[in-house]
Amino acid sequence: MSKAKVSRRALVGKVAQGTTLAVTGGSIWSYLLSQQARAAPRAVRPPGARQDDDFNAHCIKCGQCVQACPYDTLRLAAVGEAIPIGTPYFIPRQIPCYMCPDIPCRKACPTGALDSVLEDINEARMGLAVIDVEHCLSWQGLRCEICHRECPVQDQAITVELLPRRVSKHAMFVPMVHSAHCTGCGICENACPTEEAAIRVVPPGLVQGKLGAHYRLQQRPDTLRDQKSPDSQTPMRSNTVETSALEYLNEGESR
Amino acid sequence: MTHGSRQPETGAGGGPVRKFVMPNTLAGKLWVWRYIILRRVSQIALLLLFFGTAHWGWKVADRPLLAGNLSSSELLGVIPMADPFAVLQILVTQSILEPRVLIGALLILAVYAIVGGRSFCAWVCPVNMVTDLAGWLRTRLGISGAFYLSRNTRYTVLALALAVSVIAGVAAFEWISPVGVMHRELIYGIGLGWAAVLGVFLLDLFILKHGWCGHLCPLGAFYALVGARTAQLRIHFDEATCTHCGECARICPEPQVLNLKQAAQVGMVASGECTNCGRCTPMCPEHSLSFDWRVAITKHKRHSHAGTSKRRAA
Amino acid sequence: MTTTRRDFLKTSIAAATAATVGIPLSHTVRAQAAKADGDWRWDKGVCRFCGVGCGIMLATKNGRIVATKGDPDAPVNRGLNCIKGYFNGKILYGKDRLTQPLMRTQNGKFDKKGKFTPVTWEQAFDEMERQLRKAHQELGPTGMAIFGSGQYTIQEGYASAKLMKAGFRSNNIDPNARHCMASAVAGFIQTFGIDEPAGNYDDIEHTDTMVLWGANMAEMHPILWSRIADRRLSAEQTRVVNITTFRNMSSDLADLEIIIRPQSDLALQNYIAREIIQREAVNWDFVEKHCVFATGPYDIGAGMRATGEFAFASEQDIQAKELVRTLDKFEAVGQRKRAGDTIKQQNRGAAGRHWTISFEDFKKAVAPYDVDFVAELAKGDADESIDQFKDKIKQLADLYIDANRKVVSFWTMGFNQHQRGTWVNEQTYMNHLLLGKQATPGNSAFSLTGQPSACGTAREVGTFAHRLPADMVVFNPKHRARAEDLWKLPAQTLNPKVGSHITKIMRDLEDGSVKWAWVQVCNPFQCTANANHWIKAAREMDNFIIVSDAYPGISAKVADLILPSAMIFEKWGGYGNAERRTQLWREQVPPPGQARSDLWQVLEFSKRFKLKDVWGEQKIPGLKSKGFQDGVLPDVLAAAQRLGYSPESTLYEVLFASAENKKHKWPDPLAKDHDNHTVKILGEDWFVEKALFEEYAAFGRGHMHDLAPFDVYYRDDVRGLKWPVVNGKETQWRFNEKYDPYVKSGSGFDFYGPALKALPSGDLDGVTTAEKTALAGKAKIFFRPYAAPVEEPDATYDLWLTTGRVLEHWHSGTMTRRVPELHRAVPTALMYIHPADAKARGLKRKDVAWIESRRGKIKAVVETKGRNTMPKGSVFVPWFDEGVFINKVTLDATCPISKQTDFKKCAVKVYKT
Repeated sequence: MSKAKVSRRALVGKVAQGTTLAVTGGSIWSYLLSQQARAAPRAVRPPGARQDDDFNAHCIKCGQCVQACPYDTLRLAAVGEAIPIGTPYFIPRQIPCYMCPDIPCRKACPTGALDSVLEDINEARMGLAVIDVEHCLSWQGLRCEICHRECPVQDQAITVELLPRRVSKHAMFVPMVHSAHCTGCGICENACPTEEAAIRVVPPGLVQGKLGAHYRLQQRPDTLRDQKSPDSQTPMRSNTVETSALEYLNEGESR
Repeated sequence: MTHGSRQPETGAGGGPVRKFVMPNTLAGKLWVWRYIILRRVSQIALLLLFFGTAHWGWKVADRPLLAGNLSSSELLGVIPMADPFAVLQILVTQSILEPRVLIGALLILAVYAIVGGRSFCAWVCPVNMVTDLAGWLRTRLGISGAFYLSRNTRYTVLALALAVSVIAGVAAFEWISPVGVMHRELIYGIGLGWAAVLGVFLLDLFILKHGWCGHLCPLGAFYALVGARTAQLRIHFDEATCTHCGECARICPEPQVLNLKQAAQVGMVASGECTNCGRCTPMCPEHSLSFDWRVAITKHKRHSHAGTSKRRAA
Repeated sequence: MTTTRRDFLKTSIAAATAATVGIPLSHTVRAQAAKADGDWRWDKGVCRFCGVGCGIMLATKNGRIVATKGDPDAPVNRGLNCIKGYFNGKILYGKDRLTQPLMRTQNGKFDKKGKFTPVTWEQAFDEMERQLRKAHQELGPTGMAIFGSGQYTIQEGYASAKLMKAGFRSNNIDPNARHCMASAVAGFIQTFGIDEPAGNYDDIEHTDTMVLWGANMAEMHPILWSRIADRRLSAEQTRVVNITTFRNMSSDLADLEIIIRPQSDLALQNYIAREIIQREAVNWDFVEKHCVFATGPYDIGAGMRATGEFAFASEQDIQAKELVRTLDKFEAVGQRKRAGDTIKQQNRGAAGRHWTISFEDFKKAVAPYDVDFVAELAKGDADESIDQFKDKIKQLADLYIDANRKVVSFWTMGFNQHQRGTWVNEQTYMNHLLLGKQATPGNSAFSLTGQPSACGTAREVGTFAHRLPADMVVFNPKHRARAEDLWKLPAQTLNPKVGSHITKIMRDLEDGSVKWAWVQVCNPFQCTANANHWIKAAREMDNFIIVSDAYPGISAKVADLILPSAMIFEKWGGYGNAERRTQLWREQVPPPGQARSDLWQVLEFSKRFKLKDVWGEQKIPGLKSKGFQDGVLPDVLAAAQRLGYSPESTLYEVLFASAENKKHKWPDPLAKDHDNHTVKILGEDWFVEKALFEEYAAFGRGHMHDLAPFDVYYRDDVRGLKWPVVNGKETQWRFNEKYDPYVKSGSGFDFYGPALKALPSGDLDGVTTAEKTALAGKAKIFFRPYAAPVEEPDATYDLWLTTGRVLEHWHSGTMTRRVPELHRAVPTALMYIHPADAKARGLKRKDVAWIESRRGKIKAVVETKGRNTMPKGSVFVPWFDEGVFINKVTLDATCPISKQTDFKKCAVKVYKT
């Protein structure tokens, strides 16, 4: 009787011990995973990669995509890199994605972490190119624009806009990135001739803003834009420009 | 037989108990080491196949020989293979997987259901080479155990791995597995993964004998459950010749599986935790242990049971 | 004190402007830069690369270039650079820089089959001398040759040309500029009697219509292009037209893009002329006062060898067309003959011959070039409708003819590298002259230059096989006499027979008529078309080839002796750009190892020959000239002694170290603390570069090519000057009374160039009155017909091949491919092809394909998008990449007048590897 009591007590104790251990271990484990997963947004993933969490869940870390890449672009994150362990990514400055039309890496993925929905490589969104206009040679007026010329989605993902330089009779050819078309292949970053690339591919989530859901941008091309309107000479009416609201409201009192 | 001052041990049959004696000839030694050699060949060859396909573009009939790694791979660009435990972890995160990897996992599951799940541990897993080394060194250096941990802990870890997968939404063990790390980094380039492997080595060497493979590894636990009943390749136990000398248990990394009483009943080492490493068979001075097929063992057993009962009846 | 809203707006606009101007450097960056700059020495220089001639500033420290910047005071570029220019400082420091002479040796002796081994300069010159004496003994002055350059400094080009022409009495010196500018030169000389453009870059800001003919300025003249873009942005009426054989980056800015079939520009120009006449838009006032009409023979060949002896079997069919051509349907109409007529090419030897014709004849000649004919011939994009094309060329004619428009036509290699390059240059003047839109601000036919000193050195100094300084030519006795006088040579020292042009030097090596050749500042074995022949000739014939270079290229690889050269900022020098702007620089850093300036090499080598070696009687095969015995240059040693020379005098003493030259002392205060390794190693105390510059300038001063004194170019407030510099003033627009001091007052315009200004007259078929009429002050309006390319795509070789350049790389890549950043940006030359053409050949983007012609085949990576968009039936391959050696494939047909190779069209097939 008492023996049974003791053993029951012991059992309860053991269960409690075990549960505590399991819960503690599980918590630490979960924490580690969440820390690792947090590194995911820094990775530039192969074409067709699902969104961060979804990708992390799907990827089995087998490296078949790595092997399928004919350019040795892809690598698997080893322990110690700031990328979730064992997952595929690439460093565009070293080797960019050359955007094979048949997307062999995506085809090699056995789990669908690289989503088979992606059929056209131009639809891939591996990352988003971002220009540091302070160090971009073209933005400083030099005739570089290598990123534009090398861009595989030239004139869509990267366009060159003309800006007046004002200090001399030279126009500036400034490259602009358009997220709607940028695949994040990183050829621009790879080719950028500055010491540290002035155009870089980053996961879109790190840099892209988002409009309030309550508002829609809409534009209608002004058909009159190219015509000289009498107003174009005096774009600002004096009564709305020269005085502040307060001055305007108090007009007559202060003068 | 030498009769010393000490009372000679006797076997179950009353005869003298012989100990294992290492042969003097190289051929004899190699024969004793045959399974360890074969296991190393198997483990290294598999690694080499993966590595060669990844780095030297090994191909057969213009198809990549063995692309991927142990988590998931493809043989000759056709036959998919996948780690069923990894796939299970992903599935419990409620991710929908492509059929390819599911088929691959089932295929591997089927293979291990036949050859015994933990054959993976002894014949495939690269960490086994590290833990074997640690175990060998530990014996050599005579390091004693630091503390006790139940070998069933691994089942807790296994359950935890699945539970954490559900909670964290990622394949929990795959994100920390030293097995995956070691294999991946050997094939795809070394990072800091060696530290994890070193951890396992040190654990096994100084802290807990067979600590990783025998106590903690949830993958081992998973495979222990695979084919526990169905595994065809088993260690046949011939009770009749056994002297209970204990050589087998001394060498076995999972000695609890050598429950000879139970083994005697079914004629084999039945436990799923047996890794089919074959270490015990050359050590047995009486050749009571040997690889055999479950079907053959069961049939023979039934036959001998019948014989015994007949004899008893007589 | 209230800030009004307008004030606020003003300040925010200012801030926005600062941002667009682009100087948003943070304080820390600025402070760091200032700290680093502290002990740097800044000096002005010139960009090493293209003909635009951007000014740069160079910072040096401890004998190394530590930084460069675009020169903010340079009017050409105002502180900007293109991406090549950005790396000016880095080209000096490639890992494989040549720093010691290397000779093919075996067992310590020269052996043509030996391996390159380091030797001393002494050993190198010993072997060069031995080999030259051998070749000279056997073949005379024509057995030697120099491959010169449009990238020579003025002084280098001058010294090399003088050594060859005055010293060795050989005219076998010809620059790579032959591949680049020769057609422009011939066009200028034939039309105006004097070389180089009338206008300048400021035309861009004065004009409102810019037409690009075969010039992808967006990539090849990047800084000028940004001026054009600024003009397009800031003046609403500005229109830019891009006429090209495929869509290139220049189309991005163009309001009108016209894709034409190769060589059909000849017809398109005549269409415009016809329209000018039809619409009665001829500026008769201008034409009658300042122009005459002219034409020449059509049967002039295609500048290939006359014999098939050296042609590969697969080349024979094209080779045969050199002598006899069958007219196709377009030529038949354009030349008023019948299709299928076979025409013997009888005027191959006198291709530049021309005579005046009447306006009526001219009108008759352009009459067939109506819109239907020209559209059918010239439409270059199969996917464009004929109506759309017609509409486009009508718009083009509208732009030219519109009386309210000023027009500048720009062209480069699309015109110059052309089997009728001279013709098509002349046709541009034809239209500008008919309209009177020439030589005024904003109205100009402006030939752009490819190389940094194609104008300043190759053309002005005259490093061509037929030229002497200041537009003089060797076959003109008066010019020779003047040169002999200035150079203090005995009469008849100079050889009146035109030497071998650069492609012919290659052919001479192949047939053994040249056995000693010195390559200076160029890479001819990579840049000459049909290269398989020349590489074989270099390696397998009995000859000796010396290559002076800074980096090992293909020419160095096939050489027998490699001499390490100093690069641009390691020596004193000067360049002249496309707008006649002469810019000089100082030596900034010492050359590495034993590398030395080309000038030093020429001068040092000249010490090894004495007058008795070269000024005796010399055989010149084929020489026929008044006052000369056929085939012989007379012995001038006796006359030389009368001039005070001894037969034992060295060429160095006679040609370079003259008493006059030695008056320019080194060190010179204008050097400030800059060194001069050339002078130092020569062991002299005179300023070689200054002396040679002043000696050379004497040719042009008072002869329409006036350069300012040497010292003026080094003044801190000078950023190059556009010649003629008369009374310290540069000339903006030549031939225009308002701007050009050489124009007779009251004439308005005066095309005073003196060359080829006495012509017989005739009709479209030939000369009818042999008597020559003087045409002083006139420019010629040439009629030139359409002529088909000698090789066109057929069933086997079914694609056009065009070659060219990319913004990132300079020429054969010997410099820019040593800059890791540029190499990474454009590591290899791609083959641009229409996706449908690729698909039809089982190719997709990034595949490797063979490109094969009758002459050779190479592999290249397929590109179906990117900077160039090909029409169906055409491929484009840049030539900078020695790994994609496209000149093994190209055809060495040249303009028969200018001898410039047509790199823009030949027939190839493309297939999967």
